Amino acid sequence: MPATLHVAASAWSDAGIKFGNSLGAIAGFLGILLLIFFAAGRATGRFAKPLAVLVMLGPAVLLLVVGLVAPLVRTVFLSFYNADSDRSVGLRNYDWAFTTDSIHTVLLNTALWLVVAPLTATGLGLALALLVERMRWQGLYKSLIFLPMAVSLVGAGIIWKFVYESRGAGQPQIGLLSQLAVSLGWEDPPNWILTQPLNNFLLIAVMVWVQTGFAMVVLSAAIKAIPDEVTEAARLDGARGLRLFWFITVPMIRTTLVVVLTTVMITTLKAFDIVRTMTGGNFGTQVLANEMYAQSFTQFDVGRGSTLAVILFLAVLPLVAYNIVQLRKERETR
Amino acid sequence: MTAAKAVRRSFSGPLGSLFVIVVTVLWTIPTFGLLATSLRPKQEVATTGWWEVFTHPELILSNYHTVLFEGGFGVSAGMMPFLVNSLAISVPATVFPLVIAAMAAYALAWVRFRGSDTVFFVIFALQVVPLQMALIPLLQLFSGGAHLGGLTVIPAVNLSGTYAPVWLAHTMFALPLATFLLHNFISQLPRDLMEAAIMDGASHFKIFRSIVLPLCTPALASFAIFEFLWVWNDLLVALTFAGGTPEVAPMTVRLAQLSGSFGGRWELLTAGAFLSLIIPLIVFFALQRYFVRGLLAGSVKG
Repeated sequence: MPATLHVAASAWSDAGIKFGNSLGAIAGFLGILLLIFFAAGRATGRFAKPLAVLVMLGPAVLLLVVGLVAPLVRTVFLSFYNADSDRSVGLRNYDWAFTTDSIHTVLLNTALWLVVAPLTATGLGLALALLVERMRWQGLYKSLIFLPMAVSLVGAGIIWKFVYESRGAGQPQIGLLSQLAVSLGWEDPPNWILTQPLNNFLLIAVMVWVQTGFAMVVLSAAIKAIPDEVTEAARLDGARGLRLFWFITVPMIRTTLVVVLTTVMITTLKAFDIVRTMTGGNFGTQVLANEMYAQSFTQFDVGRGSTLAVILFLAVLPLVAYNIVQLRKERETR
Repeated sequence: MTAAKAVRRSFSGPLGSLFVIVVTVLWTIPTFGLLATSLRPKQEVATTGWWEVFTHPELILSNYHTVLFEGGFGVSAGMMPFLVNSLAISVPATVFPLVIAAMAAYALAWVRFRGSDTVFFVIFALQVVPLQMALIPLLQLFSGGAHLGGLTVIPAVNLSGTYAPVWLAHTMFALPLATFLLHNFISQLPRDLMEAAIMDGASHFKIFRSIVLPLCTPALASFAIFEFLWVWNDLLVALTFAGGTPEVAPMTVRLAQLSGSFGGRWELLTAGAFLSLIIPLIVFFALQRYFVRGLLAGSVKG
């Protein structure tokens, strides 16, 4: 098939050009840095230190101000404006967000995700971390459970959409879940993705599938880091099994547990890929992150989109504030 | 007896092992089903479940050829340009934040100045900003520049149709976490070593290049993997800054489109999805050890 060959050949040359551009950009970036380093490194005396701070910290601070701080301020500002950002509407966008029925569902779903996904992933991860230690081939089990971390949320969405794929009664099922239901004697299993509110939990399961491995690996390392003397002393005092776990292991890894919980929570809150890929936010499964994107880029209502982004921000704020307080404490004791 | 052993013994029992095995199987089956489906002929996929491969093994590679070069969804171009875009986006978007964050982390850890602690915490705290919040202003900045009153602070640059906005956005968004993780590592380098270097009259730039960077290779490697996977798997940034065209959009964008509009063609959809997994899976399995270590650097504290 010469036509196909032609397509393939042009695809390869296209790839060469694009790749060349990327490598060129990296080379240029590193080259400029080296030049600046060379020039700034020659400075001596009282200018040396301020110059070092400026050159080393400057790029990061500049990018953060332009990329995160300024947009943050601007988004808050835009949330008080109308769809085209040319007229102030006061709190009307916020009023809309908290009184519209469809947005109620969105907020409720987001809350559901926020509670179920992190708790399940962390709980499962903790159980696995404890149980896998004494098993042979534990590396294999850990790798396989950790593997979904490498899968994109879009990819994960497609993988699970296929698991939940449903055919009418009597037809051969090609989705694993429906087949399983049929094998167990359920003659006409429902179309899972369309069944409310079950579909929300089915989507959350995908997030749990992705995040459990992360929780397991981090918690497993934390458990290994518990000093031997602590456990030894507890055992001499007669602590065993669940008591040992509950009164020694859990308190000793509390910080790590909190970090894992927050990390999964933040990912859950910000992730919209799963919902977007699997249901597009239909059938009562919409979440805040996806609705925000829809408002801004499909409905072109920048005001409402910004408002939802601010709500998202306010929801994450306490989590990270708590983490910072913890971090501060640790740095002081270090 | 070590702590791990004590806990281990308390939780011993065949039920525990069974639980782990069941979870492992459950966690692996969906991906395996995806791979199996992508290797089956169209009519087979449409009429029977993928588990039939165990009884009627009939495997082909043509789905991959179709999805890569022919499109197969009624679109002219296949996945190939998107796959190339994914790579062309991911490599620079991994290098840029890594270098910039390493420099910042060094400055915050070893070049003492007033307020360095505050700067560190502010950078860490910026993790709260949901990307969704930064999208619209950043998009406006890229297309219209920045103006203060009538004064143009940053001129509008026409970057559409290039990778630059995507690289820039990824670099900006990766900095808080990258700086935090690398700072954890760099600040723990031996004090004697750094002081000796300063006594010898080395500038901060020289110390950074010839002492810090080599010693940090493990941390840098682990973060590089982390960031690579993150960028490769990202949908939100790409969707916003790269659009949906074969010129710059990565695979995730294309996959999300296909999944939305042609969900029924499972043999092609699964092939596309598996294609998007291959490179992350190679990176993941080859460098898993470093990847895990990098995650731990930031999250495990005594």
